[in-house]
Amino acid sequence: MLDCTPKEMKQRHGAVINPAKTCQPIGAMYAALGIHSCLPHSHGSQGCCSFHRMHLSRHFREPAMASTSSFTEGASVFGGGANLKTAIKNVFSIYNPAVMAIHTTCLTETIGDDIPSIIKSAEVPEGKLVIHANTPSYQGSHITGFSNMTKGMVAYIAETASPVKKEQANIIPGFVNPGDMREIKRIVKAMGIKFIMFPDTSGVMDAPMTGKFTMYPQGGATVAQIKDSGNSKITLALGRFASSDAADALTKKCQVPAAVLKTPIGIKATDALLLSLRRTFAQEVPAELEEERGQLVDIMTDTHFHFHGKTVAIFGDPDVVTGLTEFVLSLGMVPLHILTGTPGGAMGSAVGSFEDDINELLTQAGISANVKAGGDLFTLHQWIKNQPVDLIIGNTYGKYIARAEDIPLVRVGFPVLDRSVHSYLPVVGYRGAMRLIESISGALLERADRDAADEDFELVM
Amino acid sequence: MSETTVAISEREQFIATKGRRKNSLKCDADSIAGCVSQRACVYCGARVVLNPVTDAIHLVHGPVGCASYTWDIRGSLSSGSELYRNSFCTDLREQDIIFGGEKKLAKTIDELVAKHPAKLMFVYSTCIVGVIGDDLAAVCKAAALRNNLEVIPVESSGFIGNKSAGYRAACEALLKLIAPVDRAQAAASRTINYLGDFNLAGEAWIIRDYLAQMGVQINTVFTGDSTSATLKGAANASLNIVQCAGSMNYLAAQLQELYGIPYMQVSFLGIEDTAKSLRSIAAAMGGGAIRAKAEVLIRRETDRVLPYINKFREKFIGKKAAVYVGGGFKAISLIKQFREIGIEVVMIGTQTGRREEYDTIHELVAEGTVILDDANPAELERFMTSQGAHLLVGGVKERPLAYKLGLAFIDHNHDRKHPLSGYDGAVNFAQEVYSTLCSPVWKYTAGKGGG
Repeated sequence: MLDCTPKEMKQRHGAVINPAKTCQPIGAMYAALGIHSCLPHSHGSQGCCSFHRMHLSRHFREPAMASTSSFTEGASVFGGGANLKTAIKNVFSIYNPAVMAIHTTCLTETIGDDIPSIIKSAEVPEGKLVIHANTPSYQGSHITGFSNMTKGMVAYIAETASPVKKEQANIIPGFVNPGDMREIKRIVKAMGIKFIMFPDTSGVMDAPMTGKFTMYPQGGATVAQIKDSGNSKITLALGRFASSDAADALTKKCQVPAAVLKTPIGIKATDALLLSLRRTFAQEVPAELEEERGQLVDIMTDTHFHFHGKTVAIFGDPDVVTGLTEFVLSLGMVPLHILTGTPGGAMGSAVGSFEDDINELLTQAGISANVKAGGDLFTLHQWIKNQPVDLIIGNTYGKYIARAEDIPLVRVGFPVLDRSVHSYLPVVGYRGAMRLIESISGALLERADRDAADEDFELVM
Repeated sequence: MSETTVAISEREQFIATKGRRKNSLKCDADSIAGCVSQRACVYCGARVVLNPVTDAIHLVHGPVGCASYTWDIRGSLSSGSELYRNSFCTDLREQDIIFGGEKKLAKTIDELVAKHPAKLMFVYSTCIVGVIGDDLAAVCKAAALRNNLEVIPVESSGFIGNKSAGYRAACEALLKLIAPVDRAQAAASRTINYLGDFNLAGEAWIIRDYLAQMGVQINTVFTGDSTSATLKGAANASLNIVQCAGSMNYLAAQLQELYGIPYMQVSFLGIEDTAKSLRSIAAAMGGGAIRAKAEVLIRRETDRVLPYINKFREKFIGKKAAVYVGGGFKAISLIKQFREIGIEVVMIGTQTGRREEYDTIHELVAEGTVILDDANPAELERFMTSQGAHLLVGGVKERPLAYKLGLAFIDHNHDRKHPLSGYDGAVNFAQEVYSTLCSPVWKYTAGKGGG
């Protein structure tokens, strides 16, 4: 399909060809699904809500519930206040959630609906909560939307009960799969540390089969937990792009100090998470996790020669790509092309940019590579045409390039639409690193087997 | 979920039960704010209809989301160009929203044409473009002159209606593409246009093959595996046949008005409808030899596939199906197709069905069947459960819902990999019903799937 991608690269000013990102509202919808008993609400036309639910359903293979303001031409001319008020009334009377989490769309942002005032003048039943996030589709990406809705949770729900902080951590996991969130929780639990994770889509977007459809599955962070996050001793924001804004907001609102860490993909970033927890809570790393780390190092030793010097292209969401880049470097691989569709620096945060982060990792490793934020898959494909690689790591859309250039693809990130089970199994933590090694070495060796001449084909690897 | 969750009075008129209240179903209305609707938007409707045009650049003028969600919206196959499988977008940013997106659109068109030589480009407007008021038509016209290709604006701002309005916008765009012809010459061409098949899993190719066996040539398909050149010559046909009525009836009516091409409704879902449609086409094309060839084809194919279908039929005794699909015409065909394999439809609904289609559905279904328009997941759950359905037919959003309830599921929408048209399609359909309904997985679940 992409055979027509030209090798010669020319500067583009307008066109995006084959995007490596999508828009804010879907990120906000995903984050909102990580609150227990929450119905995400899309304030805009029906299509947005429908697309986002469809995309989430395809990636997670789970129902993704969300309501919509169902805009008509009238609403777009006269404002969506009336639609939203009706929607708030209907959502509570029909679907009875504990929380309704409203996000905006490009349409409602442009006509300028003032969501807080509309919420104030709407009838919200006693004991119920309506929160919101502004998520204009023409800024940032789905990661920005996730970040904004998580920040909205802090703004509307978090509270300080007393100046003395509790011995507990807030964990903001970022835009990762429920399987990753479960793994991070397991690690923090194993450290013997009390914590609050929000948003937490485990149990919601990987719910067990019960024979019943539940609008609000067992999982998700409860309102009480998010409220209590204002009393924690520290916030660990995993992944700067998706998590640091909410952590900053919590520092400002409730004086909870924040540590911004990488998404714990690979040995180094997982070590950093454990060290940070150990430092803050004076807890020793338990034997269970020591053993896992030892196993991972053992596996890395056993397989290092599979990876050494192999070139790789990595694309996807900035926090995940940063983690993956650090990890493949630790395996001795050479990342040549690294790209995210999410633009520039983390929205609203003063520190650095995606490109700075990646270049720092590459400089330490003495590697020079193509690095780009706000890029698209057409650019990635052109890079690969000019400088081929042994492996591509990224989401489902990488399969077109992988086929055109005959390069193995390891699927990591969002969305993965054409494979299953990925959302249940972690890529984070030591266990996740083991799984990544299995996938990456599996793909490379499968390729070696397939390409081997008869006389070179053998059992020993 | 409790009963209260569906007790919204505004929705009552959209739901009927055969035998209780005749022909009282409300449809073709705006969804209610605050509902979990399964419906999509105008842009989505336009894109699904036009995207199968294989050698066109499909450029979405708007923020990136609209382009990325519809990048792979249909598995429409191509026998030639693969250009349509790229996702092109102007990726509007904040400053474009403030200062207008016309300049960026013009620049984007020029850049794309330079990279991908094409004869045709569709430029889709999204919600935001409708609001900021970019003059799509003017930019497209100027860009067309500058670059020497056809650039057709598609007026598909999301909020101007639902998916049906998008079908109409797509038809308007296609009408702009079709070149006028000398009618006397065209009527003598003795070819037909096949409207409303998007070549999912190669379905249009199956039908093309049947018609070729009858001695009838297809002029162009709207829009499965079509090209700018074949569509341009659409007015040369002497007959239009329409499969997906929801998306294409408007175009068929316009082509009759503008070029005098008569049209008829067909359906190639199930062996009954397929045979009926082939016979009507033969009759419309003058009967005689064509009719004789059609009969040979129908007999041969029916004899070939019936044993398979009957074998599956034995496995389906006592099973009940629920149907929730996009359009009314597909729903009608599915009732008949389920009947062919011995399964009763106990709940049926659509996103955008029309009054006359609901009337037909009402005639076809058994007493006690629930009929509903623009349903939400809570309603689907309630009626699938209360009606004792074992199986749901739907699209990508309904799939996990059915599975969570422990019900079998058939995708009759965008995600499927097998053709469901014609005789082989009928076998595929029965096979798919069998593989989901009779899967051992239901032994481990608490639901009714497979019974």
